[in-house]
Amino acid sequence: MTYIDPHIHMLARTTADYEAMAAAGIVAIVEPAFWIGQPRTAVGAYIDYLSTLVGWERFRAAQFGIRHYCSIGLNSKEANNERLAEEVMEILPRFLLKEGVVAVGEIGYDEQTPAEDKYFRAQLELAKELDMLVQIHTPHRDKKRGTLRSMEVCLEHKLPPDRVIVDHNNEETVEDVLSRGFWTAFTIYPRTKMGNERMVEIVRQYGSDQIFINSSADWGVSDPLAVPKTAQLMRERGIADGHIKNVTYDNALKAFAAGGQMKESDWLSPPAIDQRTLFEGNSVLRGGQEPRIDGKRSAKEKMLIE
Amino acid sequence: MTTTTPATLLQAWLRRQLPGEAADWLEGQAATLTDAQTDRGFFLAISLVHRRIGKADLNLLAADIGAAEAARAGWRPAGWSLDQAARIFLLLVVGGTPARFAERLEQLFVTADVGELIAFYRGLPLYPEQPRYIERAAEGVRTNMKAVFEAVAHNNPYPVEQFSEHRWNQMLVKALFIGSTLHPIEGIERRWNPDLTRMLCDYAHERWAAGRPVSYELWRGVGPYADSAAVADLTRVLDIGGPVERQAAALALASSSNAEAAAALNRDPALAAAVRAGDISWDALAAKHLSPS
Repeated sequence: MTYIDPHIHMLARTTADYEAMAAAGIVAIVEPAFWIGQPRTAVGAYIDYLSTLVGWERFRAAQFGIRHYCSIGLNSKEANNERLAEEVMEILPRFLLKEGVVAVGEIGYDEQTPAEDKYFRAQLELAKELDMLVQIHTPHRDKKRGTLRSMEVCLEHKLPPDRVIVDHNNEETVEDVLSRGFWTAFTIYPRTKMGNERMVEIVRQYGSDQIFINSSADWGVSDPLAVPKTAQLMRERGIADGHIKNVTYDNALKAFAAGGQMKESDWLSPPAIDQRTLFEGNSVLRGGQEPRIDGKRSAKEKMLIE
Repeated sequence: MTTTTPATLLQAWLRRQLPGEAADWLEGQAATLTDAQTDRGFFLAISLVHRRIGKADLNLLAADIGAAEAARAGWRPAGWSLDQAARIFLLLVVGGTPARFAERLEQLFVTADVGELIAFYRGLPLYPEQPRYIERAAEGVRTNMKAVFEAVAHNNPYPVEQFSEHRWNQMLVKALFIGSTLHPIEGIERRWNPDLTRMLCDYAHERWAAGRPVSYELWRGVGPYADSAAVADLTRVLDIGGPVERQAAALALASSSNAEAAAALNRDPALAAAVRAGDISWDALAAKHLSPS
């Protein structure tokens, strides 16, 4: 099986993670711009962060045969620093059309303040102007209300639901998001978001239309193999292969391909010029290797650092 | 025909290859943006290029290569892609006065994606007031992204024309260090120097000590200024190297005016004869053993 992790913050991860992800069958990832734990105090820090997403991190992933895409936006937490937020809004247009930028994101609400609302709406307008998808971060606190509000505001700004990905759903939000026709993403993240046993039951109950999963792995206790591990668990618990493929690959591809910046041929048959300049992988089918998720290496391999 | 500039050549090549709609868009941008006061449209257009124009290879004929050389000596657009050609075309047409050009290009560099970085660095020899870009080119050499490094170093006359000996030497050693190649570096035979020879030999010793292979290309820079220690290194390669390395060592020894080098080369009369006869050359070795990049 091959997988897409459509939400992961690789900037905070190591090369060992990249190796394990590639070995487990992950072929493409989306890294949404978010806050970095430490609040940024100057627009320059933001510029460098966004440049890293479209530059260095993209290159780093390519070295492991993984296609890196990103979404670019002002996150809800930092929207509350209005001086910074104004300056970030000024520079966002310079990043949104870069190669591999699949959406405006991750944007939305954190505490649902007026400032968050203002910049969320401004970025939805930007997405409309530039004909881009939107990737929405739904809040941890007051989640259900925040999720409903995010969708209402999108509709108010005339964004079609099938061009909006609503992320970090749970049992409480899933029906509202599915019924409104938005892409319904779930984050498998220990302790604060979904566990994967719960995810198995969600798919059992709701099927796999519009639904896909991600790891949102970042600098916290999280798991960059959440997508392949959850696929494995689903197989063991008797979920049909078609459903598993939908939620771990096909739907994410369908959702993000609509923006024109991600296509399956990017990793199945990259153009020669691209292989010369950037991407070290070739085909996910190379060698017919069985993907593995345990990252097992021989004792000798583990010990030697050459 | 009136004077042919790199911009008019790029425009003609793009018009010839692109679907009409894409070429119209590009030329339309060039026309509207020329007088535009704000930078926003310019930045958006440059970024939009990969969506509108695509990334296929720029198809060039033999005559085009000659025309490029005539328009700007040392300019080698073979291997460019359509998006690179289109971005450089826009820059050249819309860029403004040399000072404004430099200021805006620097802004573009600061927020560039990987594809844009490669394009902007490949365009270096075409920008007005060439010395303005020395620091920027040096930054390109500092990157660890091989393709970006090669956009400066390979098939680009800018380094040989503008880099000090120190920067030049750093670039050559770095090329080997990151697993890139020396052969596509323009003007390489004009800039060998004793300091570089020493750096290359030191690097070879480091690699030997670590039990790692040494690129055969390294020896090309050791020949012209080889002292006794360097000749000893070349002799070692001639004695114990693999077939390609031995050919490289022979070529390097032959390029040296050091009397010890001539003696060393004669240790292998067959190789010495092959070098003299022109059966072995750096070009031939590169064609056979370096993958195109």
